[in-house]
Amino acid sequence: MARQTTTGQRALVTAVAWGIGILISFPIIWTVLTSFKTEATAIASPPVWFSFDWTLQNYIDVNTRSDYARYFMNSVVISIGSTLLGLAVAIPAAWSMAFQPTKNTKNVLMWMLSTKMMPAVGVLVPVYMGLRSMGLLDSRTALVIIMMLMNLPIIVWMLFTYFREIPGEILEAARMDGANLRNEIIYVLTPMTVPGIASTLLLNVILAWNEAFWTLNLTTTNAAPLTAFIASFSSPQGLFYAKLSAASTMAIAPILILGWFSQKQLVRGLTFGAVK
Amino acid sequence: MGQITLENVAKSFGEVEVIPPLDLTIEDGEFVVFVGPSGCGKSTLLRLIAGLEDVSGGKIVIDGSDATQASPAKRGLAMVFQSYALYPHMSVRKNIAFPMKMAGIDEAEQKRRIDSAAKALNLTDYLDRRPGQLSGGQRQRVAIGRAIVREPAAFLFDEPLSNLDAALRVGMRLEISELHNRLKTTMIYVTHDQVEAMTMADKIVVLQAGRIEQVGSPLELYRNPRNVFVAGFIGSPKMNLFTGAAAVEYGAETIGVRPEHVSVSADSGKWKGRIGVSEHLGSDSFFYVEDTGLADAVTVRADGEVAFRHGDEIWLTPAEDKIHRFDKNGDRM
Amino acid sequence: MATQRAHKAARLMISPSVILLLAWMIIPLGTTIYFSFLRYNILTPPASWTGFENYYYFLTDPAFIPALVNTLVLVLGVLAITTIGGILLALLLNMEFWGQGIVRILVISPFFVMPTVSALVWKNMFMNPVNGLFAHLFRAFGLQPVDFLSTLPLLSITIMVAWAWLPFATLILLTALQSLDSEQMEAAEMDGAGWLSRFIYLTLPHLTRSITVVVLIQTIFLLAVFAEIYVTTAGGPGYASTNIPFLIYNLSLKQFDAGMGAAGGVIAVIIANIVAFFLMRAVGKNLEL
Repeated sequence: MARQTTTGQRALVTAVAWGIGILISFPIIWTVLTSFKTEATAIASPPVWFSFDWTLQNYIDVNTRSDYARYFMNSVVISIGSTLLGLAVAIPAAWSMAFQPTKNTKNVLMWMLSTKMMPAVGVLVPVYMGLRSMGLLDSRTALVIIMMLMNLPIIVWMLFTYFREIPGEILEAARMDGANLRNEIIYVLTPMTVPGIASTLLLNVILAWNEAFWTLNLTTTNAAPLTAFIASFSSPQGLFYAKLSAASTMAIAPILILGWFSQKQLVRGLTFGAVK
Repeated sequence: MGQITLENVAKSFGEVEVIPPLDLTIEDGEFVVFVGPSGCGKSTLLRLIAGLEDVSGGKIVIDGSDATQASPAKRGLAMVFQSYALYPHMSVRKNIAFPMKMAGIDEAEQKRRIDSAAKALNLTDYLDRRPGQLSGGQRQRVAIGRAIVREPAAFLFDEPLSNLDAALRVGMRLEISELHNRLKTTMIYVTHDQVEAMTMADKIVVLQAGRIEQVGSPLELYRNPRNVFVAGFIGSPKMNLFTGAAAVEYGAETIGVRPEHVSVSADSGKWKGRIGVSEHLGSDSFFYVEDTGLADAVTVRADGEVAFRHGDEIWLTPAEDKIHRFDKNGDRM
Repeated sequence: MATQRAHKAARLMISPSVILLLAWMIIPLGTTIYFSFLRYNILTPPASWTGFENYYYFLTDPAFIPALVNTLVLVLGVLAITTIGGILLALLLNMEFWGQGIVRILVISPFFVMPTVSALVWKNMFMNPVNGLFAHLFRAFGLQPVDFLSTLPLLSITIMVAWAWLPFATLILLTALQSLDSEQMEAAEMDGAGWLSRFIYLTLPHLTRSITVVVLIQTIFLLAVFAEIYVTTAGGPGYASTNIPFLIYNLSLKQFDAGMGAAGGVIAVIIANIVAFFLMRAVGKNLEL
């Protein structure tokens, strides 16, 4: 709107917006606060807000007791590994669709998207049995591959929408300059689409990090990532609120920070370019 | 060397034939301009030569060897694109170095060629900038620099000036002509602007609907257009074309006379009319003469001092030896 | 661009993606369909052919109808909350105020919280009848605390899931709102349209497509809600919070009845495909090549 709102109106909107913003993110804020309390303060009635003795003990406990590092590493390996693998497969495919479209390109894209619609639960049994017979249950390898397949359609789609914005003439120029296809992709296309590739990477790391169907069903201990680690808190063990909070904070913090950075690209990625 | 021969080259997109089989020879060192209205296939023809499109039939021979199936990189040609197509993530230096890097030329030689190209194109101070920080004219020069360093057999220009404003366009036109004089390398230049064609070309190829209408030097085309299309396309302002009684008088279906070959008089002449619009440029005057019974408006170019005004009655007389006659197929008689 | 060589390269480069996804779709799905016709207990092979028996037992299972109803209630409940809430929030965030960037981050954050974390935080720190914040709140007003997950399990899960998806709806609708032509709004204002009629006749139609996308994409994910149930109620009490995915999980990996689990899987795929069909049409319409 070209018109200036009055300061009064603006102050009112500010108050309401901040109120609602804090309310919505309150569970996260509360979890982070609780993670610095002692177990006793964590369940104090009435609740204690800020005036408590801040402690890092919960973080130390969680790290020493439950082998947090292994779960964390599994999450890192699975989410980043699957995304990088997905990018390696998807970049050539997106190149083809963006720069050599045929009359089938649209159908192929739509079909790829449709594989994403298949409910995981529909294929749980054969995937589980197949991995069991190959001895790949509870292995990082299996999860990296499955997460890659889960996210491949999104990766292809996002890259496709970014590649399409690159004028074809630039790639033709590279070809005239003597670049073969490999050099064209490595020296020209990829560097030009670094921001797009980065946001694709970010979004897919987030999605893989938070995925909680396959990770819960296909892992037990060795390959279990943070989703499974947190799920192990589902049966109460004495006083555990503060430790649960510390574990939760550690599980969500990296991805929360990545998410804040990628929020602009998020819309595009999640709606397959239908909303920009 | 840079002799390019097209033998029976044709191109179809699916069912649509955009270029029927055509033959054309471009001699080494020639500056050839493909000119024609938009959609005439001139850019497609250039892209066929470049190897960016496959031919549907025929043969492309570059310096005596068949290049029809060769990849763009292998043809030894350099191209300057309409949008410049610079690599936005590379500095000017890296842009210019890119084709040499791809060709595996050693660093010292790369540096020597970059420096000499930069000097020739006035880019020395901009070598470390990104294309985004340059003006349109500078970007155009970088694109040319990138083409020069390859030392190609021929340069291909695809409407390189159409994104520049009018003043810059004239300057760049001169620069490209000077470049050709200096390098003496074959250049093929595509444009829809007949002024660029007339001013730059050794040889003009006029295209319409994928067909070559005429090939010749600018003055040949100006003096002896082979058909009505070329007559109307080459020359500015356009040639006046008349049909009907005026043409029958000369035993033709259509006659044409250029605006500069019509003399004007206030009291006597061959055709009588009234001035619709008059434009006085100082050096020349242009009159658009109505009510002649020949055409809606007859364009006349006269000396800058001639002082007719809107609404004046005027007599026109064509120079008899400059009248072009065309038969009913539109071909020259 | 259009040389045979490039076409060939393009086909070659697209094939790994296509082959992988084709395999990922056909092999497990084919196996699921095959299993669904077998009497097959994972612990006691071998399997034997039973025809449509598994479908019969799945569809007449006492848990099936409750699970189907729960699935629908969960999907529709979350959709209602997130779409309406999302529109209101998007309108609010689209106004001018101080600290827009920070409020945006606050609103969007729940989307990045992994489902197991959000479920456990809600379950223990908010909905626990003794130590949860809601219990404290109820007691502060002199009310009897409610044991949410035992007495209102489905509502509780709906709240958790809606909390995670509200940011998604808000973000997409806000993006759409920002592309609304402000001159159009001003023209309408000049024409004497009030706030409400501007919202109904201009804003809402402008948002229609985005709302469709939000609804369809969320539906795909909401039909598959699993982790929230897995770590909170485990489908109970009884079948009160069992949805179709959880039921299939229970049959396959808890009761080891691979055949019946597979039959359920086929039905889940059919349900998802009905939704997907509409989503593809909505997305496909916006895809120009």
